[in-house]
Amino acid sequence: MGSLSVNLCGIELDNPVIPASGTFGYGYEYAELYDINELGTFSFKGTTKDPRFGNSTPRIAECTSGMINAVGLQNPGVEKVISEELPKLKSCFYKPVMANVSGFSVDDYAYTCRLLDEQEQVGWLEVNVSCPNVHGGGMSFGTQPEAAAAVTRAVKAVTTKPVIIKLSPNVTDIVSIAKACEDAGADGISLINTMLGMRIDLRTRKPVIANKMGGFSGPAIFPVALRMVYQVANAVQIPVVGMGGVSSAEDVIEMMLAGATAVEVGAANLVNPYICRDIIRDLPRVMEKYRISALKDIIGGAN
Amino acid sequence: MKQSLFSIVSNTPLTDNVYKMILSGDTSAITAPGQFVNIQLSGKFLRRPISVCDYDGETLTIIYKVVGKGTEQMAAMAPGETLDILTGLGNGYALAPAGDRPVLLGGGVGVPPLYHLAKRLLALGKEVTVVLGFNTASEIFYEQEFQALGCKTFVTTVDGSYGKKGFVTDALPEKYTYFYTCGPEPMLKAVYRATNTSGQMSFEQRMGCGFGACMGCSCKTLTGSKRICKEGPVMRKEEILWEA
Ligand SMILES: Cc1cc2nc3c(=O)[nH]c(=O)nc-3n(C[C@H](O)[C@H](O)[C@H](O)COP(=O)(O)OP(=O)(O)OC[C@H]3O[C@@H](n4cnc5c(N)ncnc54)[C@H](O)[C@@H]3O)c2cc1C
Ligand SMILES: Cc1cc2nc3c(=O)[nH]c(=O)nc-3n(C[C@H](O)[C@H](O)[C@H](O)COP(=O)(O)O)c2cc1C
Ligand code: FES
Repeated sequence: MGSLSVNLCGIELDNPVIPASGTFGYGYEYAELYDINELGTFSFKGTTKDPRFGNSTPRIAECTSGMINAVGLQNPGVEKVISEELPKLKSCFYKPVMANVSGFSVDDYAYTCRLLDEQEQVGWLEVNVSCPNVHGGGMSFGTQPEAAAAVTRAVKAVTTKPVIIKLSPNVTDIVSIAKACEDAGADGISLINTMLGMRIDLRTRKPVIANKMGGFSGPAIFPVALRMVYQVANAVQIPVVGMGGVSSAEDVIEMMLAGATAVEVGAANLVNPYICRDIIRDLPRVMEKYRISALKDIIGGAN
Repeated sequence: MKQSLFSIVSNTPLTDNVYKMILSGDTSAITAPGQFVNIQLSGKFLRRPISVCDYDGETLTIIYKVVGKGTEQMAAMAPGETLDILTGLGNGYALAPAGDRPVLLGGGVGVPPLYHLAKRLLALGKEVTVVLGFNTASEIFYEQEFQALGCKTFVTTVDGSYGKKGFVTDALPEKYTYFYTCGPEPMLKAVYRATNTSGQMSFEQRMGCGFGACMGCSCKTLTGSKRICKEGPVMRKEEILWEA
């Protein structure tokens, strides 16, 4: 059997498959179904300084080969994540976990990351810069290279753990933002977050989502995600984590050929809760079919 | 929760656009009346949440209304075809607080989950009254089925074409010990106001996963935020917080 292991920012993963933030909670809904230690790791629900209820409902809309969500970062806040979620997780997951962090100011990010940095279970900090900057007129941090770099520097200053900056695809030049984060000290880049989308209900003639717009993801966005992963991986020296529409072992390999060191799976988990386990179990077969003996050898292979 | 394949035993119309589907498969994850299942349909990205109407060791019965593309697709399915279904979702109704004379109030396709609930309450020796609310006579289903179980059954129609004219709240019995309800939100609000005992109400929301992982279905309650798919769909009257 071929080798599935990869090294992500200095930490060895048994395989490159990582459930994406917001689609895997804090792990235990899935731990009821299968041993989640089969995963490379997983990225937990976007965590913020203060507890958040999130947006009004409806928050979900179906699309052709995908979905829109406008959950609005519902989470219990970093203190409760540390005092309640992480201890619960310890009983079913012994690998380092990826801590996904969101914020609405540079200080928010630094505060949350500093607390999570102290947690032994946390392997990486994945910093989601798609959120609006309340001090920057509500523009997302991830749409301006300087703002993304400022978050990166602030987080790097408070942690010794690898910092992966998670980028928004809703920008004109993703490469300049990735490079600004690399220059500011990021240890890795993950992409893509959801694409801004919308649906209208023909019966009510109103947007399906209470917030009107939301984040589009799922298999439909795979080609866009792959293209962005390819562009960014070619432009930076640090590892790239690819995601967006991944739902099969073939997709994982395609993302890795585009330059991804590891691959996250989001919306697909919501439809088939076993998908990540199934992908991992299917990888050896697909590797054999394409004569791949070690996954780490194919990273960026399409360049 | 369990993911498994069910095969369709029968799929028959009850009215113009309401169908009853009997499926056979592994029902072991279903633990309470009022739980729901989440059904995968080919070509549809998200699953479709539908209440458990009835179940036993091998079969599952659901009743669904054709409202869009997914349910339209279900209506066209034939016996022998299979469906990938997540079962055992949600909390379901709690039987313990029912008292001797519970009343069950269902509106439209909110009626189905009350069927297995009625069976269970009758098995506990309760005197069960059921009020089924529809818009008009042609939409009525399951009146005889509830009668056959031995429930005191009343029907209301909004246009008065059958049974009592009005809403389910217009046919509340004089005396009851507890209520259970499922239906559209305006009906739930009316039931909330019209009832003078405590009770349980089942809610709907657009869902991403149906098993607690995505936070797509959250609602605020007096006892904190809850996921309709996990801590719901059934809420106790005392914890409900109506928004706007
Ligand atoms: C817990 C629960 C139990 C339910 N039980 C029943 C039942 O027993 N019988 C029945 O007929 N219906 C029931 N529904 C409603 C049923 O889920 C929708 O009618 C169905 O999903 C519509 O699918 P569609 O493809 O035909 O409609 P479309 O409008 O084409 O669906 C588009 C998307 O919106 C979602 N959606 C549309 N309407 C609803 C709704 N009312 N609630 C939640 N999601 C919706 C669909 O699931 C899909 O993701 C229940 C809903 C919930 C949440
Ligand atoms: C319901 C839902 C919630 C999400 N929540 C978060 C989040 O809290 N933080 C984050 O960085 N990304 C979040 N995402 C984005 C995913 O992690 C991922 O980047 C995106 O969905 C693309 O992958 P996919 O096409 O496989 O879903 C969420 C996605 C979905 C579908
Ligand atoms: S639908 Fe995903 S948490 Fe309820």
